[in-house]
Amino acid sequence: MRGAKSAKWVVGAAVIALAATACSSSDSDSKDKAKASSGSSDGIVRAWWGDPQNPLEPANTNEVQGGKVLDMIFMNLKEYDATGKAQLEAADSITTTDQQNFTIKIKPGLKFSDGTPVTSSSFVDAWNYGALVTNKQLNAYFFADIDGYAAVHPSDDPGAKPTAQTMSGLKVVDDTTFTVKLAQKFSTWPDRLGYKAFAPLPKEFFDNHAAYLAKPIGDGPYMIESYTKGSSMKLVPNPNYAGPSKPKNKGVLLKVYTSSDTAYADLQSGQLDVLDDIPAADLPHVKDDLGGRYLNQPAGIIQTFSFPMYKAEWNKPGMEKVRQGISMAIDRKTITDKIFGGTRTPAQDLTSPVLGAAGGFSDTLAGDSVKYDPVKAKQLITEGGGIPGGQMKLGYNADSGSHKEWVDAVCNSINNVLGNNKACVGAPTGTFADFRNQITKGQMSQPFRSGWQMDYPLIDDFITPLYATGGSSNDSKYSNKTVDNLIKQANAEPDVAKSISLYQQAEKQVLTDMPIVPLWYQNGQAGWSSKVSNVKENAFSYPIFTDITVN
Amino acid sequence: MGRYVIRRLLQMVPVFIGTTLLIFVMVWGLGDPVAAMFGDRTPDPATAAQIRLEYHLNDPLIQQYWIYMKGVFQGDFGNAWNQQPVTDLLKTAYPVTLRLTIVAFVIEAVIGVALGVFAGLRRGRFFDTGVLAMTLIVVSIPTFVTGYVLQYFFGVKWSIVHPSVGEGAPFKDLLMPGLVLAGVSLAYVARLTRTSVAENTRADYLRTAVAKGLPRRRVITNHMLRNSLIPVVTFLGTDIGNLMAGALVTERIFNIHGVGYQIYQGIVHNSPATVVGFVTILVIVFLLANLLVDLLYAVLDPRIRYA
Repeated sequence: MRGAKSAKWVVGAAVIALAATACSSSDSDSKDKAKASSGSSDGIVRAWWGDPQNPLEPANTNEVQGGKVLDMIFMNLKEYDATGKAQLEAADSITTTDQQNFTIKIKPGLKFSDGTPVTSSSFVDAWNYGALVTNKQLNAYFFADIDGYAAVHPSDDPGAKPTAQTMSGLKVVDDTTFTVKLAQKFSTWPDRLGYKAFAPLPKEFFDNHAAYLAKPIGDGPYMIESYTKGSSMKLVPNPNYAGPSKPKNKGVLLKVYTSSDTAYADLQSGQLDVLDDIPAADLPHVKDDLGGRYLNQPAGIIQTFSFPMYKAEWNKPGMEKVRQGISMAIDRKTITDKIFGGTRTPAQDLTSPVLGAAGGFSDTLAGDSVKYDPVKAKQLITEGGGIPGGQMKLGYNADSGSHKEWVDAVCNSINNVLGNNKACVGAPTGTFADFRNQITKGQMSQPFRSGWQMDYPLIDDFITPLYATGGSSNDSKYSNKTVDNLIKQANAEPDVAKSISLYQQAEKQVLTDMPIVPLWYQNGQAGWSSKVSNVKENAFSYPIFTDITVN
Repeated sequence: MGRYVIRRLLQMVPVFIGTTLLIFVMVWGLGDPVAAMFGDRTPDPATAAQIRLEYHLNDPLIQQYWIYMKGVFQGDFGNAWNQQPVTDLLKTAYPVTLRLTIVAFVIEAVIGVALGVFAGLRRGRFFDTGVLAMTLIVVSIPTFVTGYVLQYFFGVKWSIVHPSVGEGAPFKDLLMPGLVLAGVSLAYVARLTRTSVAENTRADYLRTAVAKGLPRRRVITNHMLRNSLIPVVTFLGTDIGNLMAGALVTERIFNIHGVGYQIYQGIVHNSPATVVGFVTILVIVFLLANLLVDLLYAVLDPRIRYA
């Protein structure tokens, strides 16, 4: 009897336990999903995806995975072609006479995938939304060049309220025309408009924001058919798309993976078609595994480490020699080959090869300052007074990106040159958040790793935010009047070639001062299955999905 | 016994508050989440200030915890950084992990106990030595090694199963990850059962049962197993919580979008609401599993009483 009575209590407790843990899981629902993602996929490209970090709004997406989707579902006024050059797409013309007032005409008859028309208000409203500080958009600073930005986005005082809801520099003329007044002359500004923060937004975005986030709508080559947050997104060709890059497949299924190792296993066994994140461990044998279905090309990303120029010991006279010397003490070639398996390219300037020589990339600009020269390096460091305190600690975050390996290798290289195995040591910080927090607050007293992924393939994007005084990502708080003046002249210069050469002069000055050490350009990679062909990557190292064909 | 259950349930309250507060403090200590949202770029001060205001990040920590707990008791676990309500994440992730746990638990209990009983009854013979050696190997290899090796051979090389689990985590896809997840515990269960069975084979009451002329099957199931299983049940019960938490590694290897994956994402993206929400539920699972084990004692051995 006793046992039976106890059993009753056990059952009672079990019911409580189940009620607390078992949430509703409907089997039929998950079966449907399983069907959607596996099985024969009729002309559909199955591609690797990571969960986007932020909601899928153009002005709020600042990382690769969200950007990948925006790239597929939006057509901007301009778009970057495979070489990174900005071409008119949604815009019919963008004209200016003074490099400050622009008249933008959009092509007539454009439609969003939900059938509503793309008008000049679609752009103006979207940009005003993105800039308004109370909308908390991470990319708001992209609109900072437009006149009236300061009123909607007061940035000096964090507590300040906006004094206007819209920017005075944006004016709708008619359905297909609007004008933009910039705060100051900026000749290459229209080339920025290919960046997805400048995408047009349909009415639904403003009327029913939650519905929009559940299934974003755009005017690009693809439209979203279904989106299960955290696991997959199915995109199909947008019937209303009127641009030049019509999809050559019947759709793309983006599958969220928990790790790229699993995705690689799926790629090998034919469960996945395109993977643009090859795990580091598989690099040595990726070509054999995939039978040559692999590409590895420079992307618009440069990796560097920065000196805290706001610390007197790193910025006193003579230190430029030490900083130069440290740069020359790094054997970039060996490190990129041995540690990264050739998926990095030693840096030769402060930009990226994706710009091309015409766009401002130069393989000679940095000259000797990035060449490995142990004798000269040691000499320069000694002349400059040596490393402050006799030891530099190279800071990095330990939670992602296997930074430890290359930091140790860089330090090793410096130590070998100086004949002192304590001259440089790695200094890990636990998390990226903590690491970034210290940098943002200007609390670094030692060099720290840094990097830059371009927003658009223009030389100005590699120089202004990073090296202009008060630049939005000038982490080392570097400041040089010559550089500031050259950037200003370059912005106002209507002739593109002259403008680029002015930026390069600024770059040269930065390289002489060396507030940061350029290390290497990161490459974009992709592997694909035998089921698909024509896999290429654009300047942002996204696969060009519209061109992929299914065999 | 009713009083005992109520007392145990009440004891959960301070444990619950203590654990959630600890986790809250720890996630908070990982650094400024707003700084991480902007990537390698310096946050724009005005935008960052607005986000801090929205998430109460300027308030003292204890006040943030209070705001969070008030929400939890109204069924609102807050939002992850991508604006998805954490309750939605809980609803999609827990059933998936629960399936994986059930698969692992069944494998662990059935195979583990069976191996243990057979080994215990044949103590010192070939089968027993084999089980001991095998379990030793399993215990000493880390889960991620078994996971990747099995995935490579069964999934990639021989194409017997899919290397990753499909969307919705159907049971057939969960067999291999379930086996990997169960592996180490299975070895413990087998060894525990073996020892317990081996000891009890020489007990007086068993000799009596045999002497009474009871059939062998009845002797083993009713007399021997009921007593031998007490330590095993203790282990299995507490292991439910371990399996759910330990799924973190397995889920990552086999692309299962469950609790482990969400907690990992929460940590990587520095989202306190996600991490605390998921761990809170895990804590409740742990507590209830322990309670269940304690109560099961009475069923197995009526001599154990509750005051």
